[in-house]
Amino acid sequence: METIETYELDVLIVGAGGAGLRAGIEAAKEGVKVGVVCKSLLGKAHTVMAEGGIAAALSNTDPQDNWKEHFRDTMYGGKFLNDWRFALKHAQLAPECVKELEEWGALFDRTPDGKILQRAFGGHSWRRLAHVGDRTGLEMIRTLQDKLLSFDNVDVFQECSIIHLFKDGEKIAGALGYWRETGRFVLFKAKAVVLATGGLGKIYKITSNSWEYTGSGYALALLAGAELRDMEFIQFHPTGMVWPPGIQGILVTEAVRGEGGRLYNAKGERFMQRYDPERLELSTRDLVARAIYTEIKEGRGTEHGGVYLDVSHLPAEVVKKKLPGMYKQFLEFAGVDITKQPMEVAPTMHYTMGGVRVEPDTQMSKVPGLFAVGEVASGLHGANRLGGNSLSDLLVFGKLGGKAAAEYAKTIKTPLVIDKGEIEKVVKEALKPFEEKDGISPYEIHEELKETMQNFVGIFREEKELKKALEKINELKEKAKRVKVTGNIMFNPAWHLALDLKFMLLCAEAITLCAIERKNSIGAHARIDYPNPPEEKYNHFIWLEDGEMKIRREPTPEPPDELKALLKEPPSRKWEKK
Amino acid sequence: MVKFLIFRGERGEGAFKEYEVPYQEGMVVLDGVLYIQSRFEGDLSVRWNCKAAKCGSCAAEINGKPSLMCKTRVEHLSQPIKVEPLRAYPHIKDLVADTSWNLRTRRKIIKDVGFKPRKDASWIMKDEDIEKGREFRKCIECALCLDVCHVLREHQLFDKFVGPAYLVFSAYLETHPMDSVDRISWLKEEAGIMYCNITKCCTEVCPEEIHITDNAIIPMKERVADRYFDPIKMLFRKITGK
Repeated sequence: METIETYELDVLIVGAGGAGLRAGIEAAKEGVKVGVVCKSLLGKAHTVMAEGGIAAALSNTDPQDNWKEHFRDTMYGGKFLNDWRFALKHAQLAPECVKELEEWGALFDRTPDGKILQRAFGGHSWRRLAHVGDRTGLEMIRTLQDKLLSFDNVDVFQECSIIHLFKDGEKIAGALGYWRETGRFVLFKAKAVVLATGGLGKIYKITSNSWEYTGSGYALALLAGAELRDMEFIQFHPTGMVWPPGIQGILVTEAVRGEGGRLYNAKGERFMQRYDPERLELSTRDLVARAIYTEIKEGRGTEHGGVYLDVSHLPAEVVKKKLPGMYKQFLEFAGVDITKQPMEVAPTMHYTMGGVRVEPDTQMSKVPGLFAVGEVASGLHGANRLGGNSLSDLLVFGKLGGKAAAEYAKTIKTPLVIDKGEIEKVVKEALKPFEEKDGISPYEIHEELKETMQNFVGIFREEKELKKALEKINELKEKAKRVKVTGNIMFNPAWHLALDLKFMLLCAEAITLCAIERKNSIGAHARIDYPNPPEEKYNHFIWLEDGEMKIRREPTPEPPDELKALLKEPPSRKWEKK
Repeated sequence: MVKFLIFRGERGEGAFKEYEVPYQEGMVVLDGVLYIQSRFEGDLSVRWNCKAAKCGSCAAEINGKPSLMCKTRVEHLSQPIKVEPLRAYPHIKDLVADTSWNLRTRRKIIKDVGFKPRKDASWIMKDEDIEKGREFRKCIECALCLDVCHVLREHQLFDKFVGPAYLVFSAYLETHPMDSVDRISWLKEEAGIMYCNITKCCTEVCPEEIHITDNAIIPMKERVADRYFDPIKMLFRKITGK
């Protein structure tokens, strides 16, 4: 085998969305050699799509807000299946992380006295989300990427996909990837690897996620010996676009409701009055998504199979100033002027609450040297994530994880060895789709997987359907062994997809297995056959044993008494009552 | 059916190939390209991410005009719809061009004259103080303006001129109320701002409708001209040596 292009790094960061960039910055500050690998061009990661804002108790807009309130809201939102240690750190550190962004050049919307303005969002008791109109993610990713690029000890590897992690004994030792452009393989020797790969939306048909969301991080972690937690909790964002067909699933930010948008069914009823009369449109996402789904399913949906989301009662200039992206998105794609006409929306797969099990202080998994940050990690969100808590998650735990990874790398003094035979094996397997004679198209397998997950592992779930899904996933795993691609190895999307299929199928299996095992309904997991909540709170953990997926449950850790005391009073729209 | 002519080939060599795709209501060019990819030509190279005109990945030349494939509706176009890569840049394969110059340029700007807050920065900023900067922050780095700019496209002065997108970035840095860096000589010497002769082609193609020429480039050119070409200031500099 010819020699593979090789880089030696202290910390390899896989992914350049908010979490990866934030981890990269913090690792770079420690003076170690950092490499950031991303599948797309830098700055195009999915964080760029985040719209509504970053949840942080800055207490600018509502001085009564503080970390205790944010902690409480997050725990309630997650139905207390969150690991409280993450929720605590998150609530306490989010404000300083937002201020850091400002100091690095971010321009947030302002209060009249010149501070960072905050807006209301579902499940948050105070107006809490720092934002930039409805393009907060763009501002965040630019600020972070520019900060990262200011460090001399950082290399960025664009359009490079990681397909395998190596270990030397128990410890992580590096990763193998390929350049999308040339198809050539590249080896990263690294003392620490930080997974910041985002989610797995592309296993669903209707999703707000981009093609990059193939779940590679979850799968790489499993295959390296780490554990995943609570994969059954898939967040369906209540409001995705339904029309035109080519754009189905694209996100309609929760900021629309945060700014006062109302939901109506085709009969003109403000139906949230029936589902959550107290919080209405600003109830938590799990509840609003199920309400919309139910309205549509029971025949009160719109022409294109959605419900109406309306801001036409707000002054047109407010809509254009606070929701400029939505105004443009609907005008350009659907021919709808949202200052005059209602939007049509329906739930869209959006986020994965579950993910790699990591330690709250370090974000390190069970595998020494393997870290996970952002969506691919788990612990903070429990059974349902609050809007705005994802961007703050990326900042807080990206920062902690990046620092811990650099510190860990410094402790590795003896050179790590990567087995040559293992490299050869991975390369050979990766090239197999080119050699298949009468194989199956990766697009075809992907299409079937998306249909399966959409139809059988959706918002409402049932044993017989979940089992059907598992059967189908096993069938697709067999098919994927015979996946075939044509053309050469240069920038070949069919080949890229063929390699992603393995990851997507592992994720689909993990989700479905957890969904079957959880015979109760809580947060984002709604079982028609088991509608009651669990008697005792527990989390699922899954791992691979000789290639087979195993699952066990552990009781959710109880917060200490002083924190429990903060959880007495449920969240409400307190900013309206003050 | 919708007829497409897609450029297929590698490293500049290649030809247009014709495809037919069923029409769907509200269809955009990217829908057509992805349909062709998933049904007929698995290896058809194309960059895309968000599919909602927010990330700026899917820039291409559509019927000769630099556009985002994800927001160009097919019903507005004459057929066959000709889709080719951004021509100002070196070609890689099919619809993908080598835009790695963009990252190198952004990084150079950051290293040379990146954002540095004033020592006394209060971080108290009013909406009206940041209004200018906000317009420049809308830039999604899609490279359409760079592709259409004749300084880069025809004259290939990539090593002398940072191009409209990065002048927009510079304009954000320049208008940040808390910033402390003097970029005037950098704009003249390193950014090559004087290469721009204000033909406004960049402004016309910007999907974010940023007034690139009027709001970003002209005010900075004026400041450069003020310092370097104002006869009174030139005399003053000669005398004081500043």
